[in-house]
Amino acid sequence: MNSHVGPTLPPLPRTARLHPVDLIGVGLLGLRGRPLRAVLSALGIAIGIAAMVAVLGIGAASQARLLNKIASLGTNLLTVTPGMSVFGSNTPLPDDSVDLVKRVGPVQSASATGDVTGATVRRTDKIDPRESQGIAVVAARQDLLCTLEGRLAGGAWLNQATARYPTVVLGSTTARLLGVDRPGQQVFISGQWFTVIGILQPLDLAPEINTSALVGWEVATARLGFDGHPTRIYTRSVEEAVGAVRAVLARTVNPQDPSAVNVSRPSDALTAQLAAKNTFGSLLLGLGAVSLLVGGVGVANTMVISVLERRQEIGLRRALGARRRQVLMQFLTEAAALSGLGGLAGAALGLAVVTGYATYQGWPLVVPVTAIAGGVAASIGIGVVAGLYPATRASRLPPTEALTTS
Amino acid sequence: MSSTPPVIELDQVTKSYPGGVHALRDTCLRVWPNELTAIVGPSGSGKSTMLQLMGTLDRPTHGTVRILGHDVATLNDRQLSAVRANWIGFVFQQFYLTAHLTAVQNVANGLFYHGIARKARLRKAVVALERVGLGHRLNHRPQELSGGERQRVAIARALVARPAIVLADEPTGALDSRSGATIIELLHELHAEGTTITVITHDNGIARSFHRQVEILDGVIRSDSSTAVSGR
Repeated sequence: MNSHVGPTLPPLPRTARLHPVDLIGVGLLGLRGRPLRAVLSALGIAIGIAAMVAVLGIGAASQARLLNKIASLGTNLLTVTPGMSVFGSNTPLPDDSVDLVKRVGPVQSASATGDVTGATVRRTDKIDPRESQGIAVVAARQDLLCTLEGRLAGGAWLNQATARYPTVVLGSTTARLLGVDRPGQQVFISGQWFTVIGILQPLDLAPEINTSALVGWEVATARLGFDGHPTRIYTRSVEEAVGAVRAVLARTVNPQDPSAVNVSRPSDALTAQLAAKNTFGSLLLGLGAVSLLVGGVGVANTMVISVLERRQEIGLRRALGARRRQVLMQFLTEAAALSGLGGLAGAALGLAVVTGYATYQGWPLVVPVTAIAGGVAASIGIGVVAGLYPATRASRLPPTEALTTS
Repeated sequence: MSSTPPVIELDQVTKSYPGGVHALRDTCLRVWPNELTAIVGPSGSGKSTMLQLMGTLDRPTHGTVRILGHDVATLNDRQLSAVRANWIGFVFQQFYLTAHLTAVQNVANGLFYHGIARKARLRKAVVALERVGLGHRLNHRPQELSGGERQRVAIARALVARPAIVLADEPTGALDSRSGATIIELLHELHAEGTTITVITHDNGIARSFHRQVEILDGVIRSDSSTAVSGR
């Protein structure tokens, strides 16, 4: 092999590794050379990540708001309504069903309302009785407010005395529709004047109360022709036993025909909203992913041009002792840095949007940590993938390039 | 002299390119330690190809290239890169300095692939810049330097790893005659301090001032001033 002087050859110089700090340094150095181009090509990634962080952050904030709401309302309220019997007619609930429900062990409280069929409420007697505006006249038991955990916007709730006389408590929507803003005014119910003694605040778990005019059980029977059958029973039970109570309620209320009784949990509607938000969010997330993909193509494009323009630098680096692999790693690092910096900027922008929106809506601010970390990691990964082809091209470039272009 | 191998040895080297162009034919050349050699020839004579082969930037079609006795053909990319990093320093006509780095940072790049910490690289770069007479220009960027000063920075970068040989490709080609003369003067000084230097040039005037001249034409060595003295 070595014809003339075999044994006294100087040993080959030792090979060296590139320290990770130097690798990152050289990757960032490449971006410093053309800062405007770096900013523009990172913009696509930044927009994609900003969109994803904003969508996930706003979604998380709105979920947190719903969870807060559900927690404050409680999920232990159940309602019982008459269902269809086998023969297709509405089976009324038995008169003593509230007392039956109260006897179930884990039940903490129960109350009921009864529809006063045919009764209408109007602001004055001059208004056409057919314009009911969807307001129902309902007989309410005195313990209803307690079971619903409702609050009064003004005035007082029905008590033993007022329940016997023509007095009425209006739901929040009813009060607005009738134009009643304070207690003491009169409304016209089925040909008789009733005095408004109280107005309720909106009830989230019993929205049907909002559009009702509530009168006492006794006065409804005596003056409005109420048949005394409850049409909706409200009950609260121990949180852990809600499922068990729900299972036995129908049989308790109507042992002969349990299938003619509907039992529902109003908080389920709110819980369903949580799931609905998720599907909407995933659509927007898909859009964010598409813009990330486009951003990745932009980074790849920039890197291909960069490699073409920097043939001399690559040749020089090979002449200074860079291995093919080290040139490859340099351009991969550069692509990852380009895309990663775009991702960081995008995450910051997205977070700003989330903060602004949550503040504007008065929602709790939830920092989407997973979305931010995942977004930045994804952008770095996209950069590596986008840089693979240009970096391979750079590493395959013959080192003579630096010398020949003069 | 036979106990130490030549720094670079071309042994019956031929380089041909696709299309049947023979840039170099059956060339033999040995560069010994502490020589100041000029390879002279007009453009297209094959002198650039010769420098690429000497610098291990390209491989010959036939024949053997040895660096300090090691056959280049037997080395892998990793070993060859280490040889370039440690034993060969390059100076180019166009300098190839990075525009947004200072003189010291540019020179320190000559040690980038040596596995040395950044601080040590910068310290050695300062020493190399002082050696080429640019101790007062350490933190200037290339565009703040004259052409001659830029080439001095490039020479410092070639020297900073203390290579066995410095290969310079038309180092005065992009300079006016006065700055060119100071660069040649610097090469003489460095040679006097013990550096082995091979310069490629088309300028006979520069070549005449060197103690060994190799004249090349159409891919063949026409004359070598040292063969008369030491034989082959």
